Amino acid sequence: MAGLAAAFGSGAMTNPIRDIEKADVILATGTNTTENHPVLSSYVKRAVTLGEAKLIVIDPRRIELAEFADIYIQQKLGTDVAWINGLMHVIIKEDLHDKTFVADRTQGFEEVKQMVEKFTPDYVEEITGIAAEDIEETARLYAKAGVASILYCMGITQHTTGTDNVKSLANLAMLCGNLGVEGGGVNPLRGQNNVQGACDLGGLPNVFTAYQSVTDDSARKTLENKWDISGLSSKVGLTATEMIPAAHDGTIKAFYIMGENPLVSDPDLAHAKAGFDNLDFIVVQDMFLTETAQLADVVLPARCFAEKDGTFSNTERKVQRIREAVTPPGEAKYDWEITCEIATRMGYAMSYENSEEIMKEIAQVTPSYGGISYERIEKEGLHWPCLDENHPGTPRLHVGQFPKGRGQFHAIDYIAPNELPDDDYPLALTTGRILYHYHTGTMTRKSEGLNEIAPENFIEISAVDASNLGLSENDMAKVSSRRGQVKANVVVSLKMNAGTVFMPFHFAENAANNLTNPALDPVAKIPEFKVCAIKVEKA
Amino acid sequence: MSEQKITINGSLLAFEPGQSILEIAEENGIDIPKLCHLKGAKPTGACRMCLVEVDGWGGLSASCVTPAADGLVVHTESTKVIESRKNTLELLMASGNHNCAIGTPGGSNWEEFQEKAHEYDKGANLCPAWGDCMLQTYAYRYQVKGDMFAKSECPYPLEDTNPFITRDFSRCILCGRCVQACNEIQVNRALSIGKRGSDAKVITGIDTTLADSNCVFCGECIQVCPVGALVEKDVVKIKDHWINDKVRTTCSYCGVGCQLNLHVKDNKVIKVTGVEDAAPNYGSLCVKGRYGFDFISSPERLTKPLIKKDGEFIESSWDEALDLVSNKFNEIKKEHGADALGVFTSARITNEENYIAHKFTRAVLKTNNIDHCARL
Repeated sequence: MAGLAAAFGSGAMTNPIRDIEKADVILATGTNTTENHPVLSSYVKRAVTLGEAKLIVIDPRRIELAEFADIYIQQKLGTDVAWINGLMHVIIKEDLHDKTFVADRTQGFEEVKQMVEKFTPDYVEEITGIAAEDIEETARLYAKAGVASILYCMGITQHTTGTDNVKSLANLAMLCGNLGVEGGGVNPLRGQNNVQGACDLGGLPNVFTAYQSVTDDSARKTLENKWDISGLSSKVGLTATEMIPAAHDGTIKAFYIMGENPLVSDPDLAHAKAGFDNLDFIVVQDMFLTETAQLADVVLPARCFAEKDGTFSNTERKVQRIREAVTPPGEAKYDWEITCEIATRMGYAMSYENSEEIMKEIAQVTPSYGGISYERIEKEGLHWPCLDENHPGTPRLHVGQFPKGRGQFHAIDYIAPNELPDDDYPLALTTGRILYHYHTGTMTRKSEGLNEIAPENFIEISAVDASNLGLSENDMAKVSSRRGQVKANVVVSLKMNAGTVFMPFHFAENAANNLTNPALDPVAKIPEFKVCAIKVEKA
Repeated sequence: MSEQKITINGSLLAFEPGQSILEIAEENGIDIPKLCHLKGAKPTGACRMCLVEVDGWGGLSASCVTPAADGLVVHTESTKVIESRKNTLELLMASGNHNCAIGTPGGSNWEEFQEKAHEYDKGANLCPAWGDCMLQTYAYRYQVKGDMFAKSECPYPLEDTNPFITRDFSRCILCGRCVQACNEIQVNRALSIGKRGSDAKVITGIDTTLADSNCVFCGECIQVCPVGALVEKDVVKIKDHWINDKVRTTCSYCGVGCQLNLHVKDNKVIKVTGVEDAAPNYGSLCVKGRYGFDFISSPERLTKPLIKKDGEFIESSWDEALDLVSNKFNEIKKEHGADALGVFTSARITNEENYIAHKFTRAVLKTNNIDHCARL
């Protein structure tokens, strides 16, 4: 998100989902769409099989979507800036870029032009393993499209160069004038039902709702007046990935955790666990006694989505209703209700009749949600920004102008991943989700049917690596990194290139995150889940 | 440009060039029966239910594949049309175990017919699609009993060797909606029509089971099946499962935000379906959205606050738990400063709850240490 915000002034999916079927060319990279966003992947598959769109898939795994692609490219892990710069090199050299768009709507192009000068197809091939002619062919297909859409996900962002990767994709889209148009855009697919909403509504350490900076005096003043308090902090807070080390070194003493399970989802779990052990007090609010809740001093039972009225904001910035369908078990409460009761007991009265009353307050202090009300979204959600009660919402961003005026090009050089294979740990590991489970498995692993299909942890490994290691399908393997080790069933897979191994992170009892590298992107503070060095042995 | 018009059942109706007779009828609230037609997919004209009579054309035409032309005069319920539909329905009713109360199979008695159907589907109920079956609806509408033709036996055994979907070939009418949904809507390419003539069958791969095929259990085929040939394996075991309340909500898994209906019976979610007429999914779901709801009523759900005492969790009252939490937070804030507290809000809870978490962190704790799992 930081990358897109720096380029355009807004860090969200630029175009609505329905635009995918309007693109002439779709470039999907770092997104295993058919498993992680299955229904959205149907838009892509329809565009290609029933429509006339061309599909480019660039991913280190030969994922299902690759079977639908006109061009499929398997790059080495963590080399994205290099191939994106390579595409821009070819596009500029062959004069295929949108000069009007670049001149009228952007700044910083000259610096990028200089930077990509050295990224010749041959140089890019050296770094990425992608054949030089594939770079040229891909560049031409993308640049010559009437309108092209870029889809990406965590395969782009979960790197120490994640922000660089995103800025590079933004460069590419601006270079070809693919913003503010139907069927175009730079579209990050959000992995959790309400990750967009959590970001929009102030669940970030540097901003209040609608991305108003905590360092902005007038934003603080407005909220202080609205909330009838004084002394809002102007100091940027810590990210989740910084709070764990802060627990480790003792600067943070207590955690209040709602509906999250960092002790399965965080990188380098042994280190994370040590951080938790160092805290004075932990409160966890959840539906289940998760791995994280087990470490808590107090656990508070929360309702689940089927027991709540409220709203989620989806990946295309659309605010949609959820509705209470069943009554909660026992004494479980709304998360907001619990938080309000704690606030009141701490001396600041917070009390609301229901979720709708909270939304009314949100609309007053959140410019982009100013026109959202339950009445308006009863049948069909609204895309923010939706500034007032008469505003129709904004399915497509950046039409005619960027929020920051001109789109900003960023000249970016290639930097290798933080940890690469060596003699001790000769293979590269990349992690992700599978179709049949979700995140830390708290919900999906309660399903008998899903567990029947996907019961246990596994690795996908190339036939070459498997045979070198003396491993066969269904063998049990011991997988280790500098940080830990886990067991996994062996799946010999055509998806994998020699040298690269995949493991899902759903299985707490053999959590992939015992292995992963906690090195962070310096801006977005995202860990490098997508590359670390491992060794694999027969267990 | 002069506006083009056709007449359907005596009403003069304007249309856009390229529209089918069926589309124009539906736009104008005229209900033409149809079994194979699938919104979003290419019409095939296979089921012969949407036949209509056009003046001067002789014969009958499938309205789903017949483009309208200026001046056409169309009848959707003429004697000839009704006779044809009754005949089609008789043939379909005779083609398998359509053992709802509507059917009276030719030649054999009702009880014997029921027993045979129950033997096949290993169930003691009537057809699991009872009350939610287009064949039943139309048979009732046209008062067709299914006793005109001899009953044909289904040569294929029922398949329920996967966790989610039961395939009952004896109730399949070969309308092809599931095949189109799989190939043209979800594009999972797992289903096709295999074999020919009276042996025709919807197959996966080279006629293997769903579990052994490349089916990903999105359940689109169940959602579009107009009869009881494809049903949720677990749901049909619930007594009177068709009596339930439907609550529209948004899926809680990935960020696509599919619109879904939770089907609730006795305060329990028993089934999930996609909302047909709503973006972004228009009825489609994935395996998690459609089948991953067991957690809601899991016995492992937390029901009371827990406080850890000597390493063990003890159930407590809300008052005790909340007093403890607020006192501790106040204490830590006083002793170590506001920035010694950290809040993890969540990408899983609602907008309203994130707003409250944010307000609490900034206004009450007075720190900006708040984040969630966007990065993880």
